[in-house]
Amino acid sequence: MTQTDGFDDLRDLYQEVILDHGRRPRFATRLQAFDATAKGDNPMCGDRVQVWVKFDNDAIGRVGFEARGCAISIASADLMAETVQGRDKTDTRALFEAFRQMARTGSCPACDDALAEPIERLTPLAGVHEYPSRVKCATLPWHALIAALDGAKEASSE
Amino acid sequence: MNVERIRQDFPILTQTIRGKPLVFLDSAASAQKPRAVIDAMVHAMDTQYANIHRGLHWMSERTTEAYESTRDAVAALMNARDRSEIIFTRNSTEALNLMAHSYGRGVMKRGQAVLISGMEHHSNIVPWQLLRDAHGIELRVAPITDSGELDMAAYEALLEDGKVGLVAITHMSNVLGSIVPAERVVRIAHEHGAKVLFDGSQAIVHRKVDVQALDCDFYAWTGHKLYGPTGIGVLWGRRELLERMPPFLGGGDMISSVTYEQSTWAAVPHKFEAGTPAILEGIGLKAAIDYVQAIGYDVMAAHEAALTEHALARLAKVPGLRVLGQAQDRGGVISFALDKAHAHDVATLLDRQGIAVRAGHHCAEPLMHRFNLDSTARASFGIYTTHDEVDALADGLTRVREFFA
Repeated sequence: MTQTDGFDDLRDLYQEVILDHGRRPRFATRLQAFDATAKGDNPMCGDRVQVWVKFDNDAIGRVGFEARGCAISIASADLMAETVQGRDKTDTRALFEAFRQMARTGSCPACDDALAEPIERLTPLAGVHEYPSRVKCATLPWHALIAALDGAKEASSE
Repeated sequence: MNVERIRQDFPILTQTIRGKPLVFLDSAASAQKPRAVIDAMVHAMDTQYANIHRGLHWMSERTTEAYESTRDAVAALMNARDRSEIIFTRNSTEALNLMAHSYGRGVMKRGQAVLISGMEHHSNIVPWQLLRDAHGIELRVAPITDSGELDMAAYEALLEDGKVGLVAITHMSNVLGSIVPAERVVRIAHEHGAKVLFDGSQAIVHRKVDVQALDCDFYAWTGHKLYGPTGIGVLWGRRELLERMPPFLGGGDMISSVTYEQSTWAAVPHKFEAGTPAILEGIGLKAAIDYVQAIGYDVMAAHEAALTEHALARLAKVPGLRVLGQAQDRGGVISFALDKAHAHDVATLLDRQGIAVRAGHHCAEPLMHRFNLDSTARASFGIYTTHDEVDALADGLTRVREFFA
């Protein structure tokens, strides 16, 4: 990652990992075989996401998504799909709460050791806390995922 | 016009954002306030503040005078025949809702239609949907062309059957900047027996509005876009029509007498002004109107035309940028989309460079869909906007495009 290309003022929020996952998401696909699916909708800005989940016993086997929105929402959906793979539902919910706190405040002091590794992977998104109106961009795919785990069709708004 | 001189009247413009000079290009959402407006409101609170229209004491009399002098200033600004034709509301939205309620339910008949255009703000769509659903009024939409102008042939065709009782239409689009040919719109509507209400929220900032020359029937606008405070808006209407309309909100100030059996209404405009109004905001609005009048609409319009021409030329050179709408007659509001970046990312990355623009659907979702977009970024200009700021926008957008490439 070059830090001397003249974009330093732009990069604190849009780190390379966000640009990369925003441009070339790995999990942006509709799963053909899935156990749960839910949509998330942010009427304030028009962002939309749908998440599909395939379970592997108690754990999340695979997550796929389709999203229409900004780079932050797409990167967040992609990092989420990557990070929750192999985690059980309880872990995933705990990770969502930790991520939500990080998106709102910039850090997660309460995150224990079990969450340290996955939260580290999501840390590039922590910069959104400076922009309260953009926090929802990062958390919308998570709301859709949790709704799918709950058996709901739509994520309820924050 | 000496822009540097004008900028000195706006204390906020000396701010830096993230260490960079503030480039404020979001005046169409709400304009910044000159010192004169700020001082007028503070002075009223410092020296004479009291409730109006009821006290017999010195303070109330002075404050009533100050507040009511705003009505005279608005009447002069719009060239109304009579000051009683000026109704104060909270904002344009409330003025339009007043119209849907008092004119829509009180004067229009079931089976009649309201005609809006394809480039309305939600505030000039939703009140008419509520009226349609509650009162059996049809809602018609006159389409716009690909260049973002009102389709005049389609507009006239929708009036042909004579069912349209009211045309409720923007005078200037908050997204495209397009200015509608207001005199023609009115003439055609009147030929088919329809009254005309303009949503002038944007237009009054950019053009001299003379309601007698326009020959329209109602005109709504809001103070905070015209360099005045939030919380005060205006509905102008022809007196004979206002007198036929029932009240909107009930309460104090709007009555002539009240018994438990029945109440009678105050004369216009007070019939439509229930409750303690936005007194300080009204006083601030007078200062804003005086400020604008002192500069003059001709001067403001020329400044804005030069800025808009410069901006369109600069934006045309930003790779991958598409401007929405190419209306011949337009004001200083420009919406655009970048091919590589979502509008929200564009707005945030401009903000990192100290440049404030709006991004989203601009409260005009149907218009966004008309152009197959969910959202755009929008730059809008005020009397304090400089050519250098337009250059900063174009340079900033070029950087954003490179950053996302």
